[in-house]
Amino acid sequence: MSDAKNEWPLWEVFVRTKAGLDHKHCGSLHAADPKMAVQMARDVYTRRQEGSSVWVVRSDQIVASDPGDKDMFFDPAEDKVYRHPTFYKLPDAVDHM
Amino acid sequence: MYTQAMDTMAREGAGKLERVLSADEQVLQERFDARIDAGDFIEAKDWMPDNYRKTLLRQISQHAHSEIVGMLPEGNWIGRAPTLKRKAILLAKVQDEGGHGLYLYAAAETLGTSRDQMVDALHSGKAKYSSIFNYPTLTWADIGTIGWLVDGAAIMNQVPICRCSYAPYARAMIRICREESFHQRQGYDSLLVMMQGGTDAQRAMVQDAVNRWWWPCLMMFGPPDDQSPNSAQGMRWGIKRVSNDTLRQKFVDATVQQAQVLGVTLPDPDLKWNAEREHWDFGTIDWDEFWRVVGGEGPCNRERLEKRVKAWDDGEWVREAAMAHANKQAMKEAA
Repeated sequence: MSDAKNEWPLWEVFVRTKAGLDHKHCGSLHAADPKMAVQMARDVYTRRQEGSSVWVVRSDQIVASDPGDKDMFFDPAEDKVYRHPTFYKLPDAVDHM
Repeated sequence: MYTQAMDTMAREGAGKLERVLSADEQVLQERFDARIDAGDFIEAKDWMPDNYRKTLLRQISQHAHSEIVGMLPEGNWIGRAPTLKRKAILLAKVQDEGGHGLYLYAAAETLGTSRDQMVDALHSGKAKYSSIFNYPTLTWADIGTIGWLVDGAAIMNQVPICRCSYAPYARAMIRICREESFHQRQGYDSLLVMMQGGTDAQRAMVQDAVNRWWWPCLMMFGPPDDQSPNSAQGMRWGIKRVSNDTLRQKFVDATVQQAQVLGVTLPDPDLKWNAEREHWDFGTIDWDEFWRVVGGEGPCNRERLEKRVKAWDDGEWVREAAMAHANKQAMKEAA
């Protein structure tokens, strides 16, 4: 019978598909240490050359916004339409700027 | 492939909602229902009804178990693949199945159950895996047939789950479906080689494999719609998107022509084109067999589970040693 305390820690995996693009979160895995986590990320998430670079981060080290506060947290941007270029109506002759 | 969990819930007495909701929970429940109706995705940290969580956990973990146990019937032939090319292909496929199991375990873990708890549930017999893996792989033709028919049925079943309302599951399924097509095509390709370039004995071997796998493949889609009491709730929640019978019919319709091109017959005297329905009619499925296999009395149930448990137990010292090494390294770094 396995003991939850002996479970290998959880890591989040981020893969850069090719040079010039962002690393993107693609899943998670269990591994004993950082080196193993990188190797397993390669085997689990890039078996078909999906990546040119891999990051792994211990899941318990990630700080995230609270989904319960989502509205309060993100809504302040909602009424600031002037932050978008389309807010400004310019004469046709120069509208492509 | 391998999503019979919802179909077997009723018989196993799972999935009943008994608790009365508090006023707060009722508000949350209404919001949740509205999101489902609007086609929104639910993420791991969002509020969800207990039963939604339980049903998903059951389905995703059993799906994961199926991928992992599914490595056994095929792994059985890696050492005996007829050529180096076929061996490399089979290795890649079995490795994929392992990867699919891992994507799915990770998705299930987001629902709040640990990997070890899930593995224990499989090993103690509490959790099930797909009925299909309790059939033996007797010849090399079984391997091609599994790719063509079993993975073909799996794809039919899995594509709609890419739109599952639970986002971590949907994301895992998108990844899986992208890889699964290779599984089906390599299987068909290997059968084609035997049918077109092989001896009479090899052709007979292919036909024999198809005869043995056809009916169990049709059972993979689960009981008929009128005997699948949890389907409606699954549809309501956006976990299940297409009914068992619809998917099964789609699979039969797609497979008939593939069998013709391959040069094999499907072992069903009642199989015939129905011009009115514009579908192939097919014979009656032996549901007693299905329930026997699900209940543990299939040809290989015991062997599969024994192999799985042994692999886990034999690997225990490796897991422990890796953890001890990691702890030692961490302590060294801290000092």
